[in-house]
Amino acid sequence: MLPCTGRIDESLLLKAFENGADGVMVIGCLEGDCHYISGNIRARARVERVYAILERIKIGPNRIRMYNLSAGEGSKFAAFANEFVNQIREVGPSPINLVRGATKTEAVTAKETT
Amino acid sequence: MKSGSNLEKVLAAGHFSVTAECGPPRGADPDIVRKKAAFVKGNVDACNVTDNQTSVVRMSSLAGCLLIKEEGIEPLIQMVVRDRNRIALQSDLLGASAMGVRNLLCLSGDHQKFGDDPQAKNVFDIDSMQLIHLAKTMRDDGVFPSGDKLQGAPMFYIGCAVNPFADPFEIRVPRLKLKMEAGADFVQTQCIYNMEKFKKYMELAKREGLPEKIKILAGVTPLKSAGMAKFMRKMVAGMDIPDAVVNRIAAEPKEKQADKGIEMCIEQIQELKEMEGIAGVHVMAIEWEEKLAEIVGGAGLLPRPVVE
Amino acid sequence: MITGTPKPIEEIMEMLEPYDNIVLAGCHGCVTVCRVGGEKEVQVLASTLRLAREAAGRTINIREVSLERQCDPEYVEQMRPYVTDYQAVLSIACGAGIQFLAEKFTTTPLLPGINTGFLGVTERQGEWSERCQGCGDCVLHLTGGICPVTRCAKSLFHGPCGGSVQGICEVDKETKCGWQLIIDRLVALNQMENYGKLKPYKGWNSSRDGGPRRIIREDMI
Repeated sequence: MLPCTGRIDESLLLKAFENGADGVMVIGCLEGDCHYISGNIRARARVERVYAILERIKIGPNRIRMYNLSAGEGSKFAAFANEFVNQIREVGPSPINLVRGATKTEAVTAKETT
Repeated sequence: MKSGSNLEKVLAAGHFSVTAECGPPRGADPDIVRKKAAFVKGNVDACNVTDNQTSVVRMSSLAGCLLIKEEGIEPLIQMVVRDRNRIALQSDLLGASAMGVRNLLCLSGDHQKFGDDPQAKNVFDIDSMQLIHLAKTMRDDGVFPSGDKLQGAPMFYIGCAVNPFADPFEIRVPRLKLKMEAGADFVQTQCIYNMEKFKKYMELAKREGLPEKIKILAGVTPLKSAGMAKFMRKMVAGMDIPDAVVNRIAAEPKEKQADKGIEMCIEQIQELKEMEGIAGVHVMAIEWEEKLAEIVGGAGLLPRPVVE
Repeated sequence: MITGTPKPIEEIMEMLEPYDNIVLAGCHGCVTVCRVGGEKEVQVLASTLRLAREAAGRTINIREVSLERQCDPEYVEQMRPYVTDYQAVLSIACGAGIQFLAEKFTTTPLLPGINTGFLGVTERQGEWSERCQGCGDCVLHLTGGICPVTRCAKSLFHGPCGGSVQGICEVDKETKCGWQLIIDRLVALNQMENYGKLKPYKGWNSSRDGGPRRIIREDMI
């Protein structure tokens, strides 16, 4: 449980990719509306840093994005989620998953031949 | 006489002295130095040879000094503390003196980031103030700073440079005083365009009684064009060129700006000649040495006096 | 504190090329404060390296540790029980810490994950600047508490040079002239008499120029 996007740090976001995420969307409260004053602003900076790391190591870009929403904006949430899913579909599976997929297929093939 | 240099003799005899400068070439060709020397000869009491100015690698100052000396010009060796530690500086002082170089200008040197090799390690073992003190100690006490006796003391007329227009202004005169106390016999100033500010500087210097204790040579540089004035104002740290000066040269058509620059420089030298406390001029005709005779002659300073 | 900057990930990847099983060691000292080598940075770098390596088709096993200080033997010793189980140690402590590990674990290659910077202060989050070169002969009492060796680009003892314009150094528009700072401070302290004195040539033998330095405090041994 995260009380606030301000609790998210870079390593947590990177862990998601290590665990096989193709994309990560971070949704914080509207800027200026943070219960902890600047948690969502800090989160945005961290998301930007992870964006840069992913780009640098050729996993990303465009696999991580920060959105801001209030709790009352259900339809907007749905629209953002759809938008992000489409974005990730467009960039395709993470190279990590491609590698792991290939290894799995190899393993399966190996099993079949034995 | 401290050094017996021509410059020292001319100044001691009370003449308004003239020095110029000669930048050694970016290569080993001695003829470039000789060619420049031909323009300088007869027009000055001594000629500065720069030491890798703006950290751009050039033929060494000592070699340049020897080359112009062969051509019959009295050399003034510039020495920066950027590239050599105190061991090398002492050694070069001894060498220069042995080869008959009798005038010395002690400088910090521009930071190496401006030159060919911004990745070079800088030295700054001692600073220019301490180099003055070092040269004076060796000359007057005949010892190394370590206290060991010299086998022959180096003979130098010791100079320093000041920029009356750098910041903070209030420290400029105290700093000159400090250089004088460290052992400087003469000072060459950065090129002057802002005469009002320079007069203010001289007033403060006179209040400290400095002109009696250190010979002040005012630096001038003829402007080749309005473009050069604007470039220098923008790009050279501590260069103060008032609008009036820029406007005056800019008012001329392009082809006449160079002549105007010479005319303005001559006027300025004449004004400096009349100023109390100014012992001479240092004419830095940068890559324009061929105009030296015209400038110095135009200011009524030729022929140069011969003092025995 | 001792500051530093992360090495480019490409450079670290190249260093790690021969290895598949390493320790990544952070330090809770200075490098934690300047956000380049603490526990968090260990986590982020470890994840980054695993992702980068796996994306390139080859996994790497990383043991993540953070020592209290890599420059003190008792903390370094904490690594001894397991260090030989790994092919190399990537340290993101300062150069002193990295070398101390190398000295203690003689059969394990040590790799630097950061470039060590300088002795400095935090200007604000994300900005540090240099204050001290550890020259071994402090003169701050004479210079208004501002170090001429460090703050002047030429380490002048009788500055400022002609390159000082409106309080800015000639080397860089972002660098304040150390001597302007010294003078402003001496004026404020009414200590300008310190300026007008010729200072003796600095003995650089107490600095790095005298060779690698040691401090022996008999009273502490």
